[in-house]
Amino acid sequence: MRTQEARIKPRLSERLSRTGKEFWKQRQLQAMVWPGIIWMAVFSYIPLVFLYIAFTDYRISVPLFENDFVGLKHFIAFLTDDRFWRAVYNTLGLSLLRITIGFCIPIILALLLNELRCERFKKIVQTVSYLPHFISWAIFGGILLSWMSESGIFNQLAISLGLQDKAILYNGDPDNFWMIAFLSDTLKEMGWNAIIYLAAITSIDPELYEAAELDGAGRFQRMWHITIQCIRPTIALLFILAVSGCLSSNFDQVFFLSNSANMSRSETLDLYIYNMGIVSGRFSFSTAVLFFRSIISYALLRLCNFTSVKLTGESII
Amino acid sequence: MRTHTKKTAFDYIIIVILLAVCFACIYPMWYIGVNSFAAPEVANRGASAWWPSALSLDAYKVVFENEYILSGFKITILRTVVATITHVLFTSMVAYAMSRPGLIGKKVYMKIAMITMFFNGGLIPNFILMIKLGLYDSFWVYILPGMFTFYNMVIFMSFFRTIPESLIESARLDGASEFRIYWSIVLPNSRPVIATIGLFTAVYHWNDYYQGIVYVRDKALEPLQTILYKLLAETSMTSAQQQAMLALGGETTSATVKFAAMVVGSLPIICLYPFIQKHLVKGVMLGAIKG
Repeated sequence: MRTQEARIKPRLSERLSRTGKEFWKQRQLQAMVWPGIIWMAVFSYIPLVFLYIAFTDYRISVPLFENDFVGLKHFIAFLTDDRFWRAVYNTLGLSLLRITIGFCIPIILALLLNELRCERFKKIVQTVSYLPHFISWAIFGGILLSWMSESGIFNQLAISLGLQDKAILYNGDPDNFWMIAFLSDTLKEMGWNAIIYLAAITSIDPELYEAAELDGAGRFQRMWHITIQCIRPTIALLFILAVSGCLSSNFDQVFFLSNSANMSRSETLDLYIYNMGIVSGRFSFSTAVLFFRSIISYALLRLCNFTSVKLTGESII
Repeated sequence: MRTHTKKTAFDYIIIVILLAVCFACIYPMWYIGVNSFAAPEVANRGASAWWPSALSLDAYKVVFENEYILSGFKITILRTVVATITHVLFTSMVAYAMSRPGLIGKKVYMKIAMITMFFNGGLIPNFILMIKLGLYDSFWVYILPGMFTFYNMVIFMSFFRTIPESLIESARLDGASEFRIYWSIVLPNSRPVIATIGLFTAVYHWNDYYQGIVYVRDKALEPLQTILYKLLAETSMTSAQQQAMLALGGETTSATVKFAAMVVGSLPIICLYPFIQKHLVKGVMLGAIKG
């Protein structure tokens, strides 16, 4: 057996030299791949090394590994910080809105669009509904702030309808923030998020509908028993993805709409990390929070993937 | 096609709901559009919901004479063009080589690339990297970190696999180098995917304000969206705060000028919108099929 194997398998050195020759033959291709590898090493892998600063008292003027190692000091510091737990609460609260009501809206929009009989009108609605997605948050946020200002249209409308007797600064009240964030996110992304469902719906076999109609199924029944059932895998997939992202928030949105008055409900983990790191300059502390969140998020993604494989037989990653 | 039946009440409800959705999506644009043309004396009383009672072009004059905004406009255009071209060329070049059969080390390269999608350093590690690389406060901070993404590489790779092998083989027999094949055979045959990825990248760079806030301190390097952010952040102040600022000698920008700047900042997107949306919807489908 052994001698046979040795005869079939060339010796390691031979194999290496053959690979070397092959490699030399495709040196032009390799020369096209390696810039990419180098780019990844610099822009993706070096930052991973910099995560080490979470365990040190990092000062930017001192080389990375010469900073004092402090172990879990920063982790303990944020875990005992009330502001951190407030940020966790806000992140989860916003995520809960996003993955429950917020998740259903694009599906409903897709279903409604599918019920339209006039193809042209459908196309127009679709095209128009993507528009806010392409407007930058800098501009969209500016519009929202203008609407919510003391002389803005929300106040004008509410006063003219007699709902309030004087102007309110909507964005200054922490209790309003989640609703504002949820509604603005819905307005900006619902059309865009519906695309994937519409794509799934168009691949449904029309004969199914005809058969159901012959069997006397009404419109709602067809919607429920055919459309929803057929796009269920898509829904499940996107739902699992949404759940796995529940420790992140829409940074642009909270960055724009938060202010010192509503901070108690608007500071999510993303904003907390930003405020601690960039605004306060606590590099090590901020990185510790980020590192901690990344680990939990990754575990969550794995867990969701596991659930997905068990339930639908499909892997999301 | 489903059989045509009479429109029921349900149909009308759907139409009304969808018209409301359309209205909600267009109204923000209408709002900044009309208010940017409001005459200053009207604008001082607050923004108009439908149509300002007096119109003027003053705000646009201010915007186009403001050096800060003009410099931001220039930086945005420059960065969008340079970043889009470098991203498309660099990512597609790596993707071409990666899509060739028999590439030695392909599995390892693919693993290395895939990891970049799940793990990244995040805010502060990236910030430190930019400082150490000397990219902080440099124009190249807009370009280099965005030159490559794993996701777009995969999209390029799957498109390149559909290019007939005979085309590439015959070029090779003619003695073309790999780079030559990539440049004069593969790229010209990949126009749809280049358009899609190019547009995604261009829209991203046009709309990005974040890098300008985090990585840039020099005002001359700020892109338009960062400047807009700084102008608009004033809006969230209460009138009392604004008055306090005025009393301190600070300047607040008039509302119409802000609206005009917003219009300028979103105009290219609106003008190219029909084109953009067609290609980007295709792009989403591409991603959906892959993912």
